[in-house]
Amino acid sequence: MTEEKIYKVQICTGTLCHVMGGAELPALEEYLPKSLKSKVKVKGMVCANYCTETKLKPPFVLINGELMSEASIEKIVHYIQNCEENDTFK
Amino acid sequence: MTHSNNATLTRRELLIQLCKLLKEDTIEEQIDRIPLNMRPKGNQSLRCCIHKDRAVLKYKIMALLGFNIDDEIDELTSLRDYLHLAKERKVLTPTVMTVVDEACSSCQQGSYNVSNMCQGCEARPCAVNCPKDAVHFVKGQAEIDHEVCVNCGKCLQECPFHAIIYRPVPCEEACPVKAISKDEQGIEHIDYDKCIYCGKCMASCPYGAIMEKSHIIEIFQAWKSKEKIIALVAPSIVAQFRQSVPKIYNAIKKIGFSDIIEVAEGAEITIEHETEEWAERIHSGCQLMTTSCCHAYTELVNKHIPELQGKVSKTHTPMVYAGKLAKDRFPDAITVFIGPCTAKRHEAYFAKDIDYALSFEELGALFVANNIDLEEMDDKIDIQFAKKDAQFFAQSGGVSQSIKNKKGDSLKSELINGIDKASIRQLKQIAKGKTKSNFIEVMSCEGGCLGGVNSLIKGNQAAIVFQKNQEVISS
Repeated sequence: MTEEKIYKVQICTGTLCHVMGGAELPALEEYLPKSLKSKVKVKGMVCANYCTETKLKPPFVLINGELMSEASIEKIVHYIQNCEENDTFK
Repeated sequence: MTHSNNATLTRRELLIQLCKLLKEDTIEEQIDRIPLNMRPKGNQSLRCCIHKDRAVLKYKIMALLGFNIDDEIDELTSLRDYLHLAKERKVLTPTVMTVVDEACSSCQQGSYNVSNMCQGCEARPCAVNCPKDAVHFVKGQAEIDHEVCVNCGKCLQECPFHAIIYRPVPCEEACPVKAISKDEQGIEHIDYDKCIYCGKCMASCPYGAIMEKSHIIEIFQAWKSKEKIIALVAPSIVAQFRQSVPKIYNAIKKIGFSDIIEVAEGAEITIEHETEEWAERIHSGCQLMTTSCCHAYTELVNKHIPELQGKVSKTHTPMVYAGKLAKDRFPDAITVFIGPCTAKRHEAYFAKDIDYALSFEELGALFVANNIDLEEMDDKIDIQFAKKDAQFFAQSGGVSQSIKNKKGDSLKSELINGIDKASIRQLKQIAKGKTKSNFIEVMSCEGGCLGGVNSLIKGNQAAIVFQKNQEVISS
């Protein structure tokens, strides 16, 4: 039996991320295409200081541990779709 | 899909930078560096060059310091000089929004244009159906003569290739009352005799050229002089931070507000008076009454639908009653209304018990500047929470429901959920008596205050978060 692929999306719940557009990201689940609905798990994560320790811009999310800056719902969906198409699930 | 865009995010970033410097008390030395830090050398510019980008940011900061852009003294006046002037300022003005002319891109007047999708077909329904004979063909491609075109849009409807596009001027399109228009240079200006302060131009401008004049400097000055400041928090805050209400309130206290009064507590008084007033009016033979809690709506009536004036409730808004409660409880304190609305900032100027207004965006920036982690805030707070009926004032339909709860089915309500050109026509019909309802609730923003222009979470999402929180409160 093959293990099912689950994309774990962790959204930074820090205040900076929230104000700079992250407030909208928890709605991700509603905007997932049908084919991805059962494959994506959305969770919050405590601020890991990517905003102070990197030069990247908020809001931040981790997708299976991979950091995405300036995240938007569109960018996250696109990233996951890309992984699916190219079979690059991590 | 989502509401964020770079113009909004730039405004928020500026607010955060400004609040951080104010908090660290390094603003004197650093304020003129904000545009340079945000648009450093070597980075791609959004406009023609980084110098233009920086100039735009400078003027946006000027608005955040509470100035009209027209107040400019000299082009060389530094932000530091404006900061000094802002700190010395003793009075506010009722002008709550200002157009940053440097940022206004002078969008070409709204017009129909032929794109390169035009196939120059044989049918040419665009030309055949044009009532002004404004469409001609040059080298097999349609062209519209803008001198003759009356913007009726027939060509767009008729083209089988969807080759004709309409390019709007977003702020003019969004303004429900034609209060914003161009000067000879194409720069937009707000006509304050017509403006209802709904903020729709600000939310719609793709260049972020319309800015709200912030009271941040006044609030920091009050904190500095150790004055007691009371936060009057609008009920729509529940949908703003995806955190429990006590955590949000504790964060508000942590950044320097000494006490919190829920504006919903003021709404309880509004409900009492409005219910009574409605019943009295109907009893004395009046056909209908409209709400008065949305300031953009009452401005609309006063400036554009005077025939409705007699029908608008005389009951005060929840903010006004909450201000009164605050001044009764804390006579010497400064009162700050916290909400999602440009119109309330205008109303606050005239409300004697409200000193300043703070938007949800500004509150978010203050949280960031104070390193607030909402998650870590205490989930308990000892304040007087308002009743549930009153909390629902945040949502369209909330006012009607609260009166219905008291008066039952004798209240036949109709909801105007958002002020736009169509709903204004509808209100004009209502003024002529063309309605079967006896109570009209009007909210300028779609969804009510939950859809306020200065919200961090808007629309459908805000409604979901609001609902979830209400369930938590009642369980």
